Amino acid sequence: MSATTTTEQQGLGTGRATGTRRTLEKGPSGWLAVPALAFFMIFAIIPLLGVLFLSFTRWDGLGEIKLDGLSSWNTVLADPVTVNALLVTAKIMFFSFIVQAPISLLLGVFTAASQKYRAALAVLYFVPLLLSSAAVAIAFKALLDPNFGLGPGLGLPFLAQDWLGNSDLVLFVVVFVIAWQFVPFHTLIYQGGVRQIPASLYEAAQIDGAGRVQQFFNITLPQLKYTMITSSTLMVVGSLAYFDLIFVLTAGGPGYSTRLLPLHMYLTGFKANDMGAASALGVILVVIGLALALFLQRLGGKNRNASQLEGA
Amino acid sequence: MASTTQLPTTPAALPQQAPARRRPSKLGRSRPNLLGGLGGWLWLAIIIVPVYYVVITSLKNQAGFFTSNPMLPPTEPTLDNYKLVLDNDFAKYFTNSLIVTVGSVVPALFVAFMAAYAIVRGKGRFLSWTNNVFLLGLAIPLHATIIPIYWMITKAHMYDTLLALILPSIAFAIPVSVLILSNFMRDVPNELFESMRLDGCSDWAMMWRLALPMTKPAVITVGIYNALHVWNGFLFPLILTQSPDTRVLPLSLWTFQGEFSVNIPAVLASVVLATLPLLVIYVVARRQLLSGLTAGFSK
Repeated sequence: MSATTTTEQQGLGTGRATGTRRTLEKGPSGWLAVPALAFFMIFAIIPLLGVLFLSFTRWDGLGEIKLDGLSSWNTVLADPVTVNALLVTAKIMFFSFIVQAPISLLLGVFTAASQKYRAALAVLYFVPLLLSSAAVAIAFKALLDPNFGLGPGLGLPFLAQDWLGNSDLVLFVVVFVIAWQFVPFHTLIYQGGVRQIPASLYEAAQIDGAGRVQQFFNITLPQLKYTMITSSTLMVVGSLAYFDLIFVLTAGGPGYSTRLLPLHMYLTGFKANDMGAASALGVILVVIGLALALFLQRLGGKNRNASQLEGA
Repeated sequence: MASTTQLPTTPAALPQQAPARRRPSKLGRSRPNLLGGLGGWLWLAIIIVPVYYVVITSLKNQAGFFTSNPMLPPTEPTLDNYKLVLDNDFAKYFTNSLIVTVGSVVPALFVAFMAAYAIVRGKGRFLSWTNNVFLLGLAIPLHATIIPIYWMITKAHMYDTLLALILPSIAFAIPVSVLILSNFMRDVPNELFESMRLDGCSDWAMMWRLALPMTKPAVITVGIYNALHVWNGFLFPLILTQSPDTRVLPLSLWTFQGEFSVNIPAVLASVVLATLPLLVIYVVARRQLLSGLTAGFSK
């Protein structure tokens, strides 16, 4: 049971002795974490290293894997489609962030209040999270049809566009559908964040005569700093995983206008059977995700748990 | 009834969060927030219109779909589309989805719970390192690993089996599960563990007899959250399965769309049928899920 390094535990134990009364308490064995760690290692960490390895090979997905030096990297980096995919990814990430973040924040504040009707609305807001991305994509494909969808239904000609076939519009349609699907989740995060703001802050502000808008900017927003970082991290890193929605909605088209990085990786690997190049794209994806996550966490500063408690 | 203001009932969450309950106090809001209310109803419309469209269209026959106003309910609602979907092996895909979901969520919860318990209650470099590995997992777009996973699954002769979907799904569910469970576990007062230890309880016994009952709301929340993800997952089935025998629901929606491309009402009926089980779970466990998620991610 207790095969963890006991010396180390004791070392830590004495270190904490001043803080805790019970120096002899060992705590549970590290073995309890091993099954979870093993699963995660085998199916996430090792593949993560595997994708790096495969980027230096040539493989069609069926035959043998052959070492091939940097040729996959050369192919990928010289390919204008890759550059375009990076650009599309950046655009979708940027626009879906500036659309989703304020809406989620405002809806989170809105639903955190106590009114009954707001609680009822919050229950309905969650519904998009129940649908699979494939279902959402199929629903919007039908809804956005210029002949049998929303436009003719409401008799509004400007809504009866070829939304998914027009390469100028399609990116914004994708951003809208992404917001439709994911704003509910971030609303929940903000709702939880707002509920943790101590009521005394608002009471004091009210006594000082601060209005609703002042309270929002001087109390709510600063107090939500860490919630914003959590939500933004999930939003930004999550936008590197918008695969299924776009795959079913547009398949990357028209042309290459919505072929973002994960989709480009899939199509390169499993449709063009170039697993080496697809792995190189996978490595790029991981590096971008990691860099963005680290950057956003840095914004929040260290020791966020401790500082968050200070507010309470 | 729908008091989502109900806060999670983890013990130590209370002292920290109790003040929040008082917020709508007597000082109160003097005038109603009209702008906020308007925005709230507007967003509801944005959420509901597509859902409404899908439901009414799925009840139209094909002729009705082409001739009637797309936004009006059918004059003669029909369930033929649902029958068509059900006749096209829907039950099989449903069963596959169920097996994959239960087969992934239950083991994932089990191992993640033990890990969260060890991380919160235990000490030592190994456990803090483990915790960091899981946190890293949250920051990495794990989908980038599909190609090596595809290679591993084919090498293990598991391609086109349900197990091929279950194993990576368990792994991908672990980081977020450990994160949320350990957030809740930290709120269990230390005194309770100490008094159980004085009674001579082992760590293993404390985990099941104290930590589990005290974090039950979080376990349920995490279970539902993971179930949503696995049930709706598309990428693993697309890459790791092939035949209709192993097809799961999201993939079947996609293939329905290919097969019945002209029969939009039938395609949308399949969307409704695939979502129905989750809707039922949501109606039953909504309060649990909402309060658990708000608390779980915002700590």
